[in-house]
Amino acid sequence: MSTSPASSPPTTAPDERIAKVSLLKSLLQRPEVGAIVGLIAIVLFFAIYADSRMFSLAGLMNFMQPAAQLGILAVAAALLMVGGEFDLSIGSMIAFAGIALGIPLVLWGWPLGVSILFAFAVSIVFGAMNGFIVLRSGLPSFIVTLAFLFILRGLTLVGLKVATGTTQLRGIPEAAGDSWLMQVFSGNAFEGLFSWLAKMGWIETFQNGTPKVQGIPVEIIWFVLLALAASWLLNKTRFGNWIFAAGGDPNAARNVGVPVARVKIILFIFTAMAATLVATITVLQFGTADASRGLLKEFHAIIAAVIGGCLLTGGYGSAIGALIGAVIFGMVQIGITYTNINQDWFQVFMGAILLIAVLLNNWVRRKAMSSR
Amino acid sequence: MSSNQAILEMVDIEKHFGAVIALAGVSIAVYPGECHCLLGDNGAGKSTFIKTMSGVHKPTKGKMLVGGKEVVFQSPRDAMEAGIATVYQDLAMIPLMSVTRNFWMGREPTVGVWPFKSLDFKMANEVTMTEMAKMGINLREPNQAVGTLSGGERQTVAIARAVYFGAKVLILDEPTSALGVRQTSNVLATIDKVRKSGIGVVFITHNVRHALAVGDRFTVLNRGRTLGTALKGEIQADELQDLMAGGRELADLSASLGGTI
Repeated sequence: MSTSPASSPPTTAPDERIAKVSLLKSLLQRPEVGAIVGLIAIVLFFAIYADSRMFSLAGLMNFMQPAAQLGILAVAAALLMVGGEFDLSIGSMIAFAGIALGIPLVLWGWPLGVSILFAFAVSIVFGAMNGFIVLRSGLPSFIVTLAFLFILRGLTLVGLKVATGTTQLRGIPEAAGDSWLMQVFSGNAFEGLFSWLAKMGWIETFQNGTPKVQGIPVEIIWFVLLALAASWLLNKTRFGNWIFAAGGDPNAARNVGVPVARVKIILFIFTAMAATLVATITVLQFGTADASRGLLKEFHAIIAAVIGGCLLTGGYGSAIGALIGAVIFGMVQIGITYTNINQDWFQVFMGAILLIAVLLNNWVRRKAMSSR
Repeated sequence: MSSNQAILEMVDIEKHFGAVIALAGVSIAVYPGECHCLLGDNGAGKSTFIKTMSGVHKPTKGKMLVGGKEVVFQSPRDAMEAGIATVYQDLAMIPLMSVTRNFWMGREPTVGVWPFKSLDFKMANEVTMTEMAKMGINLREPNQAVGTLSGGERQTVAIARAVYFGAKVLILDEPTSALGVRQTSNVLATIDKVRKSGIGVVFITHNVRHALAVGDRFTVLNRGRTLGTALKGEIQADELQDLMAGGRELADLSASLGGTI
């Protein structure tokens, strides 16, 4: 909340009883503080215990790629959590949007662009449905979206079995052809820049002169742009203030004229669209749509958002925090393979980090909220 | 002052909830620059009455006049648009949000053109600091969370917000009931400032001393009825207390307790 610019001094003399806020305390008021501390700790841990290749350019891309795919979801989940709701159906939405893209493209012969638009349209319908049911029934979003976790996963399986007889739809690259949209949703960005850097000898190359890292995977670009846009929306706009208000106290917000229902439905639609963006990226990347894609991603996204400082009770959180949370997630997941530690420990680490993050955030918030 | 035209008049208001008669004909008139105290014990109908004034309930019988013209409020929005602002006990404040964000909630000022419209924090912060200073509270910074303010200061944010957004009648629902001595006097001082700016204040309380400290007119509600309105100086503390309790029993009790109620 302290991200707004410093104000001009008050017009009257300052109250002598009020001590100046220390820089430390005002930093501690930021929701991201726990995530930043966590990130530093994780980087130090891997700097000591992991192979140094982890922090080479190639290693960086290695862990940023899964971090980005998760992060796109985490940023949307963070906004929704600040707005006071959960969406447990986003993992299943990834699989469902995948077939909503794949079936028109491969089986009905639609162009790639139209198929992508169709997938987004489907996700908007389901996102809005989540929102309407939650707001109309007054049920917790936890339960309503848990139902959709199963409904969407089941529909994906049924749809794929009917369409292909298997749980996977192949032939995406052949059907997509040479569309410019392939550049937008898959592959690497800035390839020219990276081969130039390689020619100048500034980045590592293979023996034939091609750079080891050919460019920045597009999902990383999507992820960072989305996080920045979401952060601006949350902290700097009227809609952002409504998100905080809707999550902080919906009754109080309604009393002063904030359209709480509209805000929440838009946020549900936004999370479903973020899942569809991830679906589009993975479908084009792997060349398949798969019934098991996005499994458990809803929980990973919520973990990243919570590590990033989101309160489970709503009304408090940060998109930049969710970005850092997703980076921590990717770093731990991939970083373990650079150490001698057995990879099976990954889930233990993530659970422990989640617990520490929640305890830390809780403590920090109490500190920040203490009366002077 | 009383020669002015009333801003808000409630005439013979009745409100029934099924078989329960919550209000059985209550009339008051609120004048600009005056503080009208509405006293009553728990269950006397104070809450129902202010909810009727602020458009939450529609009266079963009776009429409401704003500036001499009859009005019918369909919603709290209508009442707000007519200049009737209500500060409820739960305050409609969000503790984790900053003072500025709370102050402007629902009416945020923006700069720039769509889709790059952003909140005008510079202006919003300045106005918040100035309006709070007018009420006698110097904020540490406009970005501090409302949760870090004391109860009296939160009341003041809510009052300053209502006044800034053009309230002509300000209804305060038991603003002092949960406050300490010092904070209570701050809120009473705020009421005095608001009154002097020409706004009509309706001050709901069951504390006779708080009422007498700032009130210009006093109306006592008892079991959904009122015995008329008394002007300042016409009525004493123990009379008000009696009227609220609805009988002599409390006076007897008061005597046996050494006059401490």
